[in-house]
Amino acid sequence: MKAIRIFTRGIRDSVKSVIRNFSLSTAAITCSSITLILVAVAMIISYNVKNITIDLEKELTIVVYIKENALETEINELRNSLTHMSNVESHEYKSNEEWKLEMKNYSDTFNTALDYLDDNPLLNSIIVTVKDVNFLKSTTEDIKKFDCVKSADYGEGMAENLVSIFNVVEKVTIIIVLALVLVTAFLIGNTIKLTIFSRRNEIEIMRLVGASNISIRLPFLFEGLFLGILGSIIPILVTIYGYVLLYDHFNGHLFTQIIRLVEPFNFILYVSGLLLIIGAVIGMFGSYRAVRKYLKI
Amino acid sequence: MNLIEVKNCYKVYNNGVTAVADLNVTIGRGEFVFVIGASGSGKSTFIKMLYREEKPTNGQVYVGGVNVAKLRNSKVFKLRRKLGIVFQDFKLLPKLTVYENVAFALESIGMNNREIRPKVIKALENVGLKDKMRSFPNQLSGGEQQRVCIARAIVNNPKLLICDEPTGNLDPDISREIVSILEKINSEYGTTIIMATHDRETVNRMKRRVLLLENGVLASDDKEGSYKAHESN
Repeated sequence: MKAIRIFTRGIRDSVKSVIRNFSLSTAAITCSSITLILVAVAMIISYNVKNITIDLEKELTIVVYIKENALETEINELRNSLTHMSNVESHEYKSNEEWKLEMKNYSDTFNTALDYLDDNPLLNSIIVTVKDVNFLKSTTEDIKKFDCVKSADYGEGMAENLVSIFNVVEKVTIIIVLALVLVTAFLIGNTIKLTIFSRRNEIEIMRLVGASNISIRLPFLFEGLFLGILGSIIPILVTIYGYVLLYDHFNGHLFTQIIRLVEPFNFILYVSGLLLIIGAVIGMFGSYRAVRKYLKI
Repeated sequence: MNLIEVKNCYKVYNNGVTAVADLNVTIGRGEFVFVIGASGSGKSTFIKMLYREEKPTNGQVYVGGVNVAKLRNSKVFKLRRKLGIVFQDFKLLPKLTVYENVAFALESIGMNNREIRPKVIKALENVGLKDKMRSFPNQLSGGEQQRVCIARAIVNNPKLLICDEPTGNLDPDISREIVSILEKINSEYGTTIIMATHDRETVNRMKRRVLLLENGVLASDDKEGSYKAHESN
């Protein structure tokens, strides 16, 4: 019973304090809102970049063209070896006839042009998907060593560069997010410090009349928690409405059809939940630090 | 058993100042003791050690059988609940009414409202402020504010009441009134009272036990002491 009373009193006092020190609370909430919005933006960018990278990586395949005169046994041998290569995710045989059909479907020009030819000028091929894009080049080199292979190509240069740029972007956004989280924790801690100072008489009297440490600290911890949660409301709204608007505006694609944005639903809820948790955790963390530092009891 | 036992107690502050040296005092239950001495004589340090605001550097301070010197920070609140403290500067919360100020002490220790109300009203009756319980501290005179402070100190029925210059900010008439309230508490409830003071008139009139501190040393301990006796020394 007593524990419940201390708990409810802690909540009541913290709500009172948030309202009473309105300007201070507003400052803290605004600061954490701004930081959390930046965190949300960084999170959305980071997640989208990651998604795009994964998409791109899926597109990255090695096309292996087989010599016209290659024997069936040689091809089978090649396919067997591919199966055993460590970096090969999957491979698929595509005969010249299939290529022809695909090209004919692609445009009328190809269709008529190919009809004029008696022979199929195209080559049989194997399309190889890799597990790790970073070893794309060496895997290609390995495949080139087979006798029956005429050439093995991947989107050299361009694709690799994009992936590595995205990797850097992802790392940078993660660092920015972490830095912002720390800044917010510091801001909330600072606000709690000011409330502690503005209530130091009260705290002194509480100590002198024999209030236990937990009942002195609890209101401040709750206050940090509330500030963090209140600070995350605006960022959550901004995320939900902003991202849906953005997605609709670009029709789900950025610049080209290749770069697809992550679908808003579930994704924004997940980001919002994360923002709420980040807000609450940094609020608690900030106030815990302030309470530890400035409430020497 | 004595309520307070101070044995070979030393207090040296971090800046090297020795505030109290080799202090030995015992105070029994129900006593009314004045602690006098010039500023810087160690009076306040002695008082503060009793409620563990300061920790002795050496020696033991027993309050109600508990060695305060060895009390951990996290356990101090248990000691404080057993004693009441009255301050020179009242330490009232300006935004709370008289009633709320007194109730605050009980709320802080997690008592429920049904228990709080009768106790607060009783304490306010004891200091004669029941009709002013809805006033705010800034609407009261200095003497009335000090009475609120006393009410807050006695609301939890402490065995020991520590008063650190309670009349320091008040004029002589009001001081007399405050001291008579303390005397009443002492005789009615058997509460031990330790009062640090500069107030010659009160000490001389009351003829109670007087501890005189000089430069951190207990210079005299008279059963029926007065200021004049020491001044003539």
